[in-house]
Amino acid sequence: MNTTQERVAAGPNASAAVWAQRLWPWVLGAGVVVVMPVIFTSSYAITLMSHMGVMIVFALSYNMLLGNTGLLSFGHAVYFGLGAYTAMHVLRYIQATGFGLPIELIPLVGALAGLFFGIIFGSVSTRRAGVVFAMISLGIGEMVHASAHIFTGFFGGEAGLFGNRTVPSSLFGVDYGPGIAVYYLVMVWTLLAAVAMYLLRQTPLGWMANAVRDNPERAQFVGYSPQMVRFFQFALAATFAGLAGGLYVLVDEIVTDETVGMIQSGTVLLSAYIGGIGSFFGPVLGAILVVFLEGELSDITDAWLLYFGLLFVLVVMFAPQGIFGVLTQQFFAWRAGSWRGSLGPRLYGVASLVVAAIGVVAVIEMAYHYFRHWNPAEPMALFIFEVTVTGPMPWAVALTVAVAGLAAYVGHARPMLRRAMGGGGR
Amino acid sequence: MLEVIAFSLLNGLLYGMLLFMLSSGLTLIFGMMGVLNFAHASFYMLGAYFAYTMGLYTGFWVALFLAPVLVALLGAMVERYGLRRVHQHGHVPELLFTFGLAYVIEELVRLFWGNIPMNYRMPEALNFPLFTLFGTSYPAFRVFMLVVAVVMFVGLYLLLKKTRAGLIIQGSLSRPDIVSALGHNVPQAFMWVFAFGTGLAALGGVIGGIHFVTEPGMAFMMGPIVFVVVVLGGLGSIQGALIASILIGVLQTFALSVDWSLAALGAYFGYAVPPDHFFATLWYMDSTRLAPILPYILLVLMLIFRPRGLMGKRET
Repeated sequence: MNTTQERVAAGPNASAAVWAQRLWPWVLGAGVVVVMPVIFTSSYAITLMSHMGVMIVFALSYNMLLGNTGLLSFGHAVYFGLGAYTAMHVLRYIQATGFGLPIELIPLVGALAGLFFGIIFGSVSTRRAGVVFAMISLGIGEMVHASAHIFTGFFGGEAGLFGNRTVPSSLFGVDYGPGIAVYYLVMVWTLLAAVAMYLLRQTPLGWMANAVRDNPERAQFVGYSPQMVRFFQFALAATFAGLAGGLYVLVDEIVTDETVGMIQSGTVLLSAYIGGIGSFFGPVLGAILVVFLEGELSDITDAWLLYFGLLFVLVVMFAPQGIFGVLTQQFFAWRAGSWRGSLGPRLYGVASLVVAAIGVVAVIEMAYHYFRHWNPAEPMALFIFEVTVTGPMPWAVALTVAVAGLAAYVGHARPMLRRAMGGGGR
Repeated sequence: MLEVIAFSLLNGLLYGMLLFMLSSGLTLIFGMMGVLNFAHASFYMLGAYFAYTMGLYTGFWVALFLAPVLVALLGAMVERYGLRRVHQHGHVPELLFTFGLAYVIEELVRLFWGNIPMNYRMPEALNFPLFTLFGTSYPAFRVFMLVVAVVMFVGLYLLLKKTRAGLIIQGSLSRPDIVSALGHNVPQAFMWVFAFGTGLAALGGVIGGIHFVTEPGMAFMMGPIVFVVVVLGGLGSIQGALIASILIGVLQTFALSVDWSLAALGAYFGYAVPPDHFFATLWYMDSTRLAPILPYILLVLMLIFRPRGLMGKRET
């Protein structure tokens, strides 16, 4: 944290090297954004990547609460969804009346709606942090979701609302019919929002949010009101969530009550936490991963939600710093040279865990085939094999692999790793 | 009218006692361990499914006792090998762990029992009308549910107030550090309280699964309401949980059975909002449609004005 402060303090006089160090992730990100659609050209992939952009903004906004301010929210989708609904109403208004708002600015409508509802709900819920805040956010989330079935005029009832993104005019004369055009629009907004949220972390408000997260009493003693700091962070997070909602409208052209629901709130929590809430880029990684898994894994296996839940539980139990946190930790350990002499045990540990994972996946897949397939006796494809799950043999093999891998890790690889790293556990 | 009130009261009390079976365990776990167990309703669901499957082989009466015990053992394992490990990272990871667990349990239930509702029915011995009130007969099974809930409440009360184990639990509710200093094994007490709480939830599931529907979405339906009850009653307070359970139960049942709206009230005073007015939707909304959000409105109001709940002793 000290180095970041120094870098911030360096300000405009920073040398070129510091600038390069500061800017390379963004340049890399922009490069990836431009290159990806050239590699993956199918319209399905383009939509998937657009969804990733939406989720990145949403997850980053969530991390403004959880990671920066220590506010655990179970109802963040409220601002995403209400932003989306408001943007959709404006889109439909443009369709109906020919009102001249260009399409590029529609996400801003979502952001304003997010800000509006963030101010309303934030003013009543940010007085306390911790469990009380979590419960209020849950209550507000459930309330708004239940309201969606009551106020059908605004929420469009069961079917939801849909609009047409090609109707509004464009600032730059672009035709937003094809998905690729929307992809670039979403990505421009995503980059802008990400930069804005990154810079917000560096403002005095961002630092005070960290202080309020770590020790509200001391923060108060220094002369800041924790409630006000939480409120500002909350309203800003809601704004960016609303922006994500506005982007979502442009990608999907439909909004249903699921966007304000508990599942959406849970998904953003999962994304941010799996990626890692301790660093800025953690939620970005988490959002990409979660959207990818939702899109791809659900095609491959019926068990994808179970894997999803298991992954989350495992991250909470064994890697609370998140996947990005683990990767950076290992990277710095490697750069500091602490991998030297422990490379063998490390590879062995990873290998044993991979073997265990293969065994567990095999068991889960066979269980899904056995219990869910209309004819369990039909052979199923598992990795490169073809197995019949009604016999005991495949079960015995899969369980042996799982147990052997786990036993090798717990009984052999982990102690070895501890010894190699000089007694200190990971 | 009297008929509606009588039946609503009775059904509301019934629903409230069912809520209490879940909320008592949840509030006990929270009061003692500081863990708001998101997966509590998932154990309720497991109770229903276990009882259904066991009931196919052993009949309802054995399952009524065995299913909660099995679920309690499962709960003990979850505490011992999951929660205790996460405990060192603080309260937020604990909350997140149970949140993830709820996902996993729901998916496992979908895996083993499928997506469709189970044909989980009341035992034949209880399938008769017990008494007739205002010309409408009242099923014996509902009275049985009430009896189970009351027996559970009395048992819980006696356990907490009259036994040595209850004394330790009560002590751990307020000052776990002192109880630990007195030489009691607090982590083990945590484990058994967690097991006990999940067992109570499972007992609720065994009868709730018959009263409502046994399907994979039942935990998701029940979970948030139970949270509302526990927060309303005051986190950690059993009496508060009882009052809040019955309050929510009666309130929701009344909202569903009495057709009431602001417009009706306005008509009484000879006032009406024009149908094209901005607030017209709200004005003409009848109470049956408002029923699902009533608990959450109560929750938010309570947390704003009295965050410790009805009977809570401390703010969280």
